[in-house]
Amino acid sequence: MTLNRRVFLGAAGVVAAGLSAPMVLAQGKPRVVVVGGGAGGATAARYIAKDSKGEIDVTLIEPSRTYYTCFFSNLYLGGFQELSDIAHSYGTLAANYGINVVHDWATGVDRDAKTVSLAGGGSVPYDKLILSPGIDFVDGAVEGWDLSAQNKMPHAYKAGSQTELLKAQIMAMPEGGTFAMVAPPNPYRCPPGPYERVSMVAHVLKANNPTAKIIVADPKPKFSKMALFQEGWGNNYEGMVDWIGEDFGGGIVSVNPDAMTVTIDGEETKVDVCNVIPAMKAGRIAEMAGVTDGNWAPVNAADMSSKADPDIYVLGDASQQGDMPKSGFSANSQAKVCANAVRGALTGSKVFPAKFSNTCWSLIDTDDGVKVGATYEATPEKIAKVDGFISQTGEDADLRKATYEESLGWYAGITSDMFG
Amino acid sequence: MRWSCILTCATLLVAIAPSTHAADDLGDAEAGKVVFAKCKGCHQVGEGAENKIGPHLNGVFGRKAAGLDGFNYSKSLVRAGSSGLEWHADTLSAYIENPRSFASGTRMSFRGLNDPEDRANVIAYLRGFSDNPRDIPEADPTAKGTDHSIDPAILAIQGDPEYGAYLSSECTTCHQIEGGDEGIPSIVYWPDEDFVVAMHAYKDKQRPHPVMQMIAGRLSNDEIAALAAYFNNPE
Repeated sequence: MTLNRRVFLGAAGVVAAGLSAPMVLAQGKPRVVVVGGGAGGATAARYIAKDSKGEIDVTLIEPSRTYYTCFFSNLYLGGFQELSDIAHSYGTLAANYGINVVHDWATGVDRDAKTVSLAGGGSVPYDKLILSPGIDFVDGAVEGWDLSAQNKMPHAYKAGSQTELLKAQIMAMPEGGTFAMVAPPNPYRCPPGPYERVSMVAHVLKANNPTAKIIVADPKPKFSKMALFQEGWGNNYEGMVDWIGEDFGGGIVSVNPDAMTVTIDGEETKVDVCNVIPAMKAGRIAEMAGVTDGNWAPVNAADMSSKADPDIYVLGDASQQGDMPKSGFSANSQAKVCANAVRGALTGSKVFPAKFSNTCWSLIDTDDGVKVGATYEATPEKIAKVDGFISQTGEDADLRKATYEESLGWYAGITSDMFG
Repeated sequence: MRWSCILTCATLLVAIAPSTHAADDLGDAEAGKVVFAKCKGCHQVGEGAENKIGPHLNGVFGRKAAGLDGFNYSKSLVRAGSSGLEWHADTLSAYIENPRSFASGTRMSFRGLNDPEDRANVIAYLRGFSDNPRDIPEADPTAKGTDHSIDPAILAIQGDPEYGAYLSSECTTCHQIEGGDEGIPSIVYWPDEDFVVAMHAYKDKQRPHPVMQMIAGRLSNDEIAALAAYFNNPE
């Protein structure tokens, strides 16, 4: 269909000569459509537009005009960041990089016609489509909870109004009240995220409500940076955090949002705040495009192309790529590999071999930062881990402070890498 | 807890620094006193030494980088100290060989001592002003520096800026291309040689920092040259 239209426009150009020639040229440019304006999508759009120097027409479809990064949203909960500090707009991507930013929901992908349909009507044609839709929640993952309960029991795992709501609920807790978290099963966005959140909630409660308690029901037997978090909870928030892992029934959970109760392994507890972080899957558009297998979208490690369609690429949390954790850093890293490959496919520019890396910083308490990271390479089977490191327990305060300051530097770096 | 860190760091240094040097491999302290004339404009050492333009150098062996109270160090050295850098013969040698490439943003405006013998000599001289010098090769301040000069063939590699531009995208997740340096140092507009020396120091685990050691660790000589060529003048 695209081809027919091009042939038609090309023929019209020949007939009408000079006047319509610029339009023909514009129409003839290869078109990339990016769905999702987060760490994967914004980065991919920016790099393709920047490096192709106008040779590729880039459209970014993102419903939000103001994007709140999920990374650092826990620091807002802990009082270390304002909500405005984690808010970003797409003005620079449109103005300085010539990206067509469309604030709308992508509602479907016609892979034969190579078009993306929009909730507001109409559709956008593509030569290459990059899906970076983040996560959605698996229906029925936590008994008693569905999206309609998110205002009573927020997930706050997509940043913005949910995060604000959770913070307001924490601040309104009665003296000595209980904050409960239902942690997600693997794999999920930001592996240390729930535990950094526990730390940040504990930090706020220690200052404002020191007799309050935190219960975490976790379906996993262990979690990211576990030794570091548990050391920090013991040192800084002694007796406040009760983590109930899989071995103690942490995975046998139901909630009642109306009664504000959580039942863990048959024992019902009345709580004041309940942060339900359900099991996750790829953002819905990936499923609608037919590129998912189970909950996630399998991709080829060399260029992040979908295993189901060579003209579709899937980045970040939604992708199933191998060893990389689902993180903003990973999505940003994958986006650059993908941008290089897409540009090469469309304009013949040189394609360099894939290199991936990730680092996740977490804050445990004031000036008490820790990190974990690794490098990765593309193999025929998957993105495979090459080398890694993790902060150690018992590190001195200067190192932890330097790590925290480094995380602030990283935030400034990655957000300017995403949004220009 | 502190001890465990110190021990870990010490183990690391021992592990990377060949510890086979006999005491007579040490530099010549007398000759080092002459070399130190180049340092005297900023650094005092010996009885009554005080902080001047640079910090005094009494007891520098075993001290954490930026470890003197009351001296206003650059952010770069404070960061290196927090990341675990301590002054031993090998780290001192690497630092004075090319201060800016070893600690980007240091205020020590000194081009460096290229000659390994000069470095060994001045370190031997400073050794006389540290506590309890012991003439055993493994311990401070006797442990001798390794030679940090890198193969001229590596420095001579002409980097491909286009490849560097692609590789740089891994760096710009943290290091801002506009040169911001809060929390994470700026890496733009460095002379190529300084960039290459610094990256190889991470690759060889002489500069501390786990992320940089990991990132540099898998970069080839050509890739480091490409990055140097790109960041020297991005755009």
